[in-house]
Formats: sequence, C-alpha cells, structure tokens
Amino acid sequence: MIEARPLPTRQRPVAQSAITGGIGESVKRPEGVLKVSGDFPYSSDLWAEGMLWGSTLRSPHPYARIRAIDTTQAAAMPGVHSVLTHADLPGRKVYGLEIADQPVLAFDCVRYQGEAVALVAAEHPEQARRAAAKVRVDYEVLEPLSDPELAISGEGPSLHEGGNILRRLRIEHGDQNARAEVVVSGEYVIGMQDQAPLGPESGLAVPDGEGGVDLYIATQWLHVDRDQLAAVLALPPERVRLTLAGVGGAFGGREDLSMQAHACLLALRTGRPVKIVYGRQESFVGHVHRHPGRLRYEHGADRNGRLVYVKASIVLDGGAYASSSTAVISNACSFASGPYAVPNATIEGWVVYTNNPPCGAMRGFGSVQNCFAHEAQMDKLAQALGLDPVELRLRNAFQTGDTLVTGQPLEGPIPVAELLQRVLSMPLPETADASRRDLRELPGGVSNTTHGEGVRRGVGYAAGFKNVGYSEGFPDYSTARVTLRVVEGRAQAEVHTASAEVGQGLVTIQGQIAHTELGVSQVVVLNADTRVGSGGSSSASRQTYITGGAVKTACEAVRQRVLEMARSELGDQAGSGENWRLADDSLIDTSGRTVIDLVTLLGDEVVSEEREYRPRPTEPLDERGQGKAHLQLAFAAHRAVVDVDVELGLVHVVELATAQDVGKAINPLAVEGQLEGGAAQGLGLAIMEQVLVKDGKIMNPSFTDYLIPTILDMPPVRMEVLELGDPRSPYGLKGVGEPPAISSGPAVLAAIRAATGREVSHVPVRPDDLLDL
Amino acid sequence: MEFLQPATWREALEMKTAQPQALPIAGGTDVLVDLNFDRHRPEVILDLNRVTELSEWQPANGRLRVGAGVSYSRVISELSDRLPGLALASRSVGSPQIRNRGTVGGNLGSASPAGDAHPALLATRASIEVSSVRGSREIPVDEFFLGPKRNALKPDELIAAFWLRPAPGPQQFAKVGTRNAMVIAVCSFGLALDVEQQTVGTGIGSAGPIPLRAGEAERFLAEALADGNHWRSGQPLPQSARERFGELVAQAARPIDDVRGTAAFRRRALAVLARRTFAWAWQEYTAG
Ligand SMILES: Cc1cc2nc3c(=O)[nH]c(=O)nc-3n(C[C@H](O)[C@H](O)[C@H](O)COP(=O)(O)OP(=O)(O)OC[C@H]3O[C@@H](n4cnc5c(N)ncnc54)[C@H](O)[C@@H]3O)c2cc1C
Repeated sequence: MIEARPLPTRQRPVAQSAITGGIGESVKRPEGVLKVSGDFPYSSDLWAEGMLWGSTLRSPHPYARIRAIDTTQAAAMPGVHSVLTHADLPGRKVYGLEIADQPVLAFDCVRYQGEAVALVAAEHPEQARRAAAKVRVDYEVLEPLSDPELAISGEGPSLHEGGNILRRLRIEHGDQNARAEVVVSGEYVIGMQDQAPLGPESGLAVPDGEGGVDLYIATQWLHVDRDQLAAVLALPPERVRLTLAGVGGAFGGREDLSMQAHACLLALRTGRPVKIVYGRQESFVGHVHRHPGRLRYEHGADRNGRLVYVKASIVLDGGAYASSSTAVISNACSFASGPYAVPNATIEGWVVYTNNPPCGAMRGFGSVQNCFAHEAQMDKLAQALGLDPVELRLRNAFQTGDTLVTGQPLEGPIPVAELLQRVLSMPLPETADASRRDLRELPGGVSNTTHGEGVRRGVGYAAGFKNVGYSEGFPDYSTARVTLRVVEGRAQAEVHTASAEVGQGLVTIQGQIAHTELGVSQVVVLNADTRVGSGGSSSASRQTYITGGAVKTACEAVRQRVLEMARSELGDQAGSGENWRLADDSLIDTSGRTVIDLVTLLGDEVVSEEREYRPRPTEPLDERGQGKAHLQLAFAAHRAVVDVDVELGLVHVVELATAQDVGKAINPLAVEGQLEGGAAQGLGLAIMEQVLVKDGKIMNPSFTDYLIPTILDMPPVRMEVLELGDPRSPYGLKGVGEPPAISSGPAVLAAIRAATGREVSHVPVRPDDLLDL
Repeated sequence: MEFLQPATWREALEMKTAQPQALPIAGGTDVLVDLNFDRHRPEVILDLNRVTELSEWQPANGRLRVGAGVSYSRVISELSDRLPGLALASRSVGSPQIRNRGTVGGNLGSASPAGDAHPALLATRASIEVSSVRGSREIPVDEFFLGPKRNALKPDELIAAFWLRPAPGPQQFAKVGTRNAMVIAVCSFGLALDVEQQTVGTGIGSAGPIPLRAGEAERFLAEALADGNHWRSGQPLPQSARERFGELVAQAARPIDDVRGTAAFRRRALAVLARRTFAWAWQEYTAG
C-alpha cells in the first residue's frame, strides 16, 4: 500500500494529539487553543506545491433537461487546465449513501437548483470560477415539482425511476380502531433547517503519480466517502486514500459527498493537486438540509389523561436525491409519538422526491420534526383535559418494560419522568420588572423595540428521544488500532481510528479511554485516515459508544498481551498475575504494589492490536413497522422560559433548562458543550432558522438572511446531567449529541404558546404567526 | 483592479474626477460583501481611509458637521449626548466589528432602504454635504435617496460629511429584526422631537424603495401636541391621538413582501414602533 503523501507541516491537520486524563475527567481538548486562537488548520487552509483550484458550474434551474454542454470556450480561458462534464467520468456516474441516485455531474437532466454540471481546474480560483461561467449548457427548462403532497398524489413529473415516493412506512401498533374520550388534533409545518457549519465544504486531492489519489478532507465518514469515490473513479479502494482534514462543524451536512469526487477527478485528470473550497452560498446547495415536513396528528386519551392512541401522518420533503431520507423517515415514524407509552398507534410516513434542495442528515435525524408535533399535541391534550402539561407527560412517560410503537421493548433505565421532574423543579429565572431591564434582555434586544411594553412571559416543557447508532439492520461497527511502546524513555499509547473529529471531542474521548484502560500517562491520538479500518460515521450520536467501544476493546487486547508478556517474563508467582492491572505507567498487583514499570517491561517491544467493536445488531422494520430496529435510546427534557412582545411578535428566550441521561459522562465538560450547542440549534429552528424555498429555489442562501442565533439570542442553559448507566454499552455511556437538539425547540414553542395563548403550528415561529394580521 | 489611496481630501476629489468609475471604500463593510458575492467587479477602488478629514467632527454655526468616515462606534462613544437618535441607530448596527469599521457615510453611499442611519437622519432633518473638485453642496437628506441603492451623488462627487443640529429635544430609534442582534431591519423607525420649534421628525426604514418620512404623521403629531397645549403642560397625548400617529406612520410606508418579512407585518410593526418611540420621547421630555 502506498503511504499517504504528507503535506508540508504548516498545512497539516494536527497529526497527533496528546491527551492527559482518563474517563470521567473534564480533559481539555488538545486542539481547543488552536481553534480559539485561529491557528487550527481547517480543510479550507490546505495547500500543496503546484496546486490547482477547482470550481463547479451549477444548475440555475430546479428542473431542466440538458440538451448539450459546450466546454470549448471555458477550456480556452486563461489558467485553465481541465474542464470536465459527465462525459469524462471514468466510473459510476451516480453516488448516494443509501441509494446511488445522485449524479456526480449532471447528465440528461438537473433535478435541483445548484446541482453540479461541470468542473474546472485552473491556476487561480478566480480563473476557475470565470471559466466555469463560460461553460455553455443548453437547458430545456421544465416545470419543477416543488410540492411534496403533489409528489405523493402521483401527479406531476416522475423525477426518478420508480416514481416520487422515496419511502413510505406504516407502523401499526395495537388496536387500529381504538377510540378515546378526549381527542385533539393538529397540523404542524416544519421549515427546512441548514446545518450551518462554520467551515464550508473543502478539501485537497493529491494524485500519487501512479493512478491513485490522496484526499485530505473534512468529512463525517472517511470510509463511506472512500467507497463511493472508488466506484466513481473506477479505482480499487486501496488506491483512494483519505486523511481527515480539520473539520469546521458537520451536524449531518458532511455525510454525503460534496466536492470529494470533483476534486479527485480533476486531480487525476490534471496530475496536479486540486483544492476546492465552497463559499457560503455554494455551501447552501453543496450539502443536504434537514427535511421540511408537514405532520398531521390526532391524539386520543381517557379522562384521566392516559393516552389511548396516536395517529400521525408525516410527510417529509426529501428533495431531488435520496441521501439518507429512507433512514430519516424510519426515525420520524419510530419516535413519532414521543417518549410516552401509547397502547395503540397508526403512524404513516412518506418521504418523497421533489425538485427542492436535497435533504438528509441533520442532528436529531427525523426526531426533531416529530418532536415539535407530539409535544404540541401533549400540550393541547393537557389543555383539553384541564391538566398541567407536565403532569400529563408524567402520567404517560415511558418506563422500562414499555414498548415503542415498533414493538421494541424498552430496556435499562428509562428516566423520562425523572428528567421531566428535574426540569420542573429547577428554579425559574426571576421576572425582573421589564421596564428596568437591560435592552439585551428584552425581545428585540439592542434594536430597542420595547422597554417592557407588550412583553409577556411564558414557560414551556418538552421531552424527546431518539436512537443512538444505526438502525434497521444497517451494520454498525468501528475499528481501532492501539499501540503501546516506549518513546523517548516513556511508555506511550497511540490510538488510531478512522473516526472523524467533527468538533464533538472524539479525539479527546479516544485518548481518555486509552489513558484509563492502559494506565499510561502519555497517550497520543493519531489523525484519522483510511490506513485503519472503518470507524463508521460521526453521526447518530454514536462515536463515543461505537468507536469508544473499539478503542476500549483494542486497549483490552493490548493489555492482555502486556500481561502475558509480564507473566512469561517475570514468571507467574502462584498465578497472581491474573489480577495484575495497568496503572501509573506500571504493572500493579492486587495489593497496589508495582510489579514492574512499563518502560522496563516493554523495552523495544511494540504491542499493537487492531479490533472491531460491534454492538448487538438491529433488525429492519417489517411491513407493519414492527421490529427491534434501534440500538440504544437517549432521552432529554427541556424547559424554556421566553418573553414575547405580543404586539410585535418578537421572542426573547430568557432561559433554557435541560436534564439528560448520558449513562456515564466520559468527559463532563464535553457533555456540557453538547447540551448547550444542541439547545442553540433547537432554539434556532424554533424561532429563526429556515431555508426559504420558492418554486425550488433557495431565497436566502447566505448568513445575511439565513439567521442563526447569536450570543444575544442564546440564553444560559441550566442543566442536570444524569448518569444512570446503560448495562449494555461501554462504561454504561449513552450517546449525547442529538437529544439536546430535539426537545429544546419544542420547549421554546410551548413557552411561546403559553405566553401568547396562540396555537402556533409553524416552525420556525415568524412574527406574523403571533399577530392577527 | 487599480487601488487608489489618496492622502488628502483634495487628492481624493481629484482622483474621483479623473476616474469617476472609481468605487470609494470607507469601512468596506458593504463593498467587501458585494465583492464577495460577485455583485461588483470595480476596475478602480478609491480608498478613503487615509483621508483624515473624513473622520473628524466639529460644531460649526450652531450645527454639527460630522465627517462621512466617522464610524458607528465613535458616534456611540463621542456623540450620544448630541445625536441621541443616530447613536441609538448606531447601537443596533451589526456587531462590534461592523460598528468599528462601518461608517455613516458608507451607509449613505450604499443608500440601502434598510440602512439604519437613514431613519435617524431623516427624523432629525440632516443634510448631506457632497463635494467634487467643482465645489460642495448640501442635500437635504430627504432628497438624497433616489431609489433602492441609488443616491443623489454625481459621478465625480464624494460624500464629505453630514450636518445636524445638536438634538433640540428627545430622539428615538427602534428597529425590528427577527434576531436580537446582527440583523438587517425588517423595518425601522426614527423619531425626533424639536422642542424649540415644536415640530416632529420621522424616518421609516426598510418599508419602501427608499427610506421615507411620514410627513402627514409628523404634522398630525405636531398639531395634536400644539392644540392640546401639551408642550407646555407636559400632559400625555390622548390614546386616540397616539394611535392615530401610529396609523399615519404605517400608512406612509410602502412595504413589500420579501424574505425578511411581509408587508402587512411591516405596517403593523411601524405603527407599534411609532407609538412606543413617541411614548419614550414624551416621557423623556416631561421628565425634564
Ligand atoms: C455583518 C454585517 C452586518 C451589518 N449590519 C448592518 C446593520 O445592522 N445596519 C446597517 O445599516 N448596515 C449594516 N451593515 C451594512 C454596512 O455595515 C453599513 O451600510 C455601513 O454603514 C457601511 O459603511 P462602510 O464604511 O463600511 O462602507 P463601505 O462598504 O466602505 O462603502 C459603502 C458604500 O458607500 C460608498 N462610500 C463610502 N464612503 C463614501 C464617501 N465618502 N463618498 C461616496 N461614497 C462613499 C462606497 O463606494 C460603497 O458604495 C452590515 C454589514 C455587515 C457586513
């Protein structure tokens, strides 16, 4: 195997990171200072000698037939080395995470505005952009299919072979004809959210001169990128080597390929390194978004507030290509009724193709849209019953032994009631006299719209959950190589995985686990690349569980070998070696005495083990939507306190409070970061974030008008972290990353409803929704 | 691309005459965004940052002359007492970084209907001093905006300064956005009471093709205050009159539906802002 060619050190991702503490400690992340000081090399900072710049020509039309593409003028532009279209593709012309339906470069037709049509490599990025603009594409513009309901109805053009219904799922649980004394219903519309990672898509492809390529890339899953690339490039996988470059946030938006194949194609064609960096506007069409949805719900309960049934119809707009839509709808349906025991349920889900921007993975993955709906429904039901909203939730909260609507039994601690009680009993922020408050604490902030006039306070609660890890039988595993050796007179453990640090702190976690398992104070984590087996994606809140499990397993194998070495070397005194352990860079016996230090024991020996970790498998949902489709379930509850200016429809979130069961906090500080960051994304979706799409075109593809919360919008988060221990997972941990983004937004909506007395059913809430206009 | 860096105002004007297509740059907070979005490919850029005269302000003949290159941060820190309306508007602009770089002159140069300085300048009856090698002229601010992102500058002219009276009474500014900071106005409103002349000034932002004055609302409010002898008594205006003022402001707007908000919301919000800002201004007036 050819080694990845190292880049000049200045541009290199942090090659290895030293970790200085074990599990349960708030170990600081090694790249933290670099990131804060601006010295961290992100993928957009990559550079190589002789590098060219790639640029992508994209479709201006949401739907059009391509009659012809003429590249002659573009190819003659100054500085241009190569212009590529679909005709130049050496291998498979389509790619995709679950269904390979997305063209690497459009052929026959374009199905969304922003679809890649042609590529240019040039000496300078500006030359590349200008040349791309000179590619002549003869389009026959077609009427876009932009309404998902129309897609379901079967009217309109069929965008893909097999029609526009990407997946339809029906879950039948219990009595399908159940009736109830108290019934509430509602329809909820959720807008399209962008992951808005601060680092746009970027990477550098370097040809190896022998037909293969090295790609330095910000991604969430190196191996799935590699496998898709190998097919597109018509190369064996081992000749496509990927190295993780600095990732500026991901949140699901880097699960699909963006510029990966394009940079590799240009690099292989020109024989020069090729870098592609998207700008923000291109990024808005360069990655998938969170599915917008229309959700219709009916809840039935008895007079005591016990749920009798839930009926839900969930329509998600998948946009032009499949991405991970089929898995998203599975989640949306599996968790449609929320973390509550319902004896009977009928859940119908559709995810459809349209000519809107493609949608796929985003933090929460299908559990976010439905949480807005089921939590609004619970509040409505509470009102209909004259019950306190939290009380209603407590009466129905999932407990161990209950089942999901998919029939899967709930195992281990299921603390839904406890989480709700915790947020309920946290002290409320005081209601200062609105007229004496700092402007920054009022709706409208420094824009000076109120000095207290029209301001009403509201408090709202929500609970949510989702699965950790892959579902429905999708193979879930991770690989880790752990090496123990003496470096410069000290024992050093090295951890190597292909799992992506996307800002969540995985590098730190891996090091902490090795630190604890091997009792070695000097631990380094190597930069992720494809020289080691797949780590799976940094998604589904799974990496600490699955890659953490792999690192732990590999450490155990290394430890086993070290103990064997010691026993054979020292001669096992009466079998007591069975109970030796590794700590403080030494071998320790049961009485705590040092048997031998690791430096002496190891000498020149290098102990290295690669292991895979596989949690128990999941199974697909059957035709009635039944099956043990999910690995682990993670729960959180939120309370939101808001001030609403009821005359202007402006919202200020005063405080978010949350309680979450993390099983075991491997790094409490990192947990805190996830709880805050996830809540900020939930708040954003609740009150401001929406990719506005009109007739298939994005109306606000930049941060000028796609608003994400600032520090003045995001309040302090009060939190309680429970560590109830999952008996099946490594250290009892639970995935942490997504639950904070699930119930936070719905709690904000509940608080807004409480403040205004209005039935708000559009997410994000717009001022017009809060006024009678 | 040519990059010109005049050291003096005279030199700047000469360069602008020699190359009228030169694009002036002050703080660059609009210019660089435009370049980034590829909306402009100027052949020549005229950097005004070395022209020290532009970043000065001084009292002159009972008025204040504020150089076009004075940043929002400096308006806030140096002129809050004399130009409270503009200072309030400045506080609502962007982020600290933008307020440090961005200038009122640049806001006028861009002439965006959403520019936050505009309602404050309209309400306070500012005038804009523009110059060329041919000489200088003063343009009343309500004649300065000709259309969306179009102003009254001739190709060889630069904005030298704006002129304002030190506040002859309470001034207010309020802006509606769907975020608590760093937001382009969905609509905005500036109000100034002239206690000496017993008049009212208004300015409407982001609710029409250009920043607007609500002339009828101004006259109505001034008359209502005069008729009821309110200036002297300090008595609050009847509720019906306050509401009428809000309605007249809303009627003066010419809003459209766009990605930032609907026309209906803009009108409603302007009525609310007009009522509230007047209440705050009146409270300040009566508090002495
Ligand atoms: C993140 C961000 C947030 C923002 N938030 C706001 C906001 O909240 N409110 C708001 O109103 N604006 C906002 N803006 C826009 C911008 O900051 C303002 O319009 C600012 O006033 C521009 O000033 P500047 O000095 O940076 O102008 P420049 O960008 O330097 O110039 C702007 C225009 O004026 C012309 N110009 C500058 N000086 C002169 C002169 N002396 N004579 C003739 N023409 C001249 C330039 O040629 C150009 O056309 C924001 C911009 C950014 C990037």
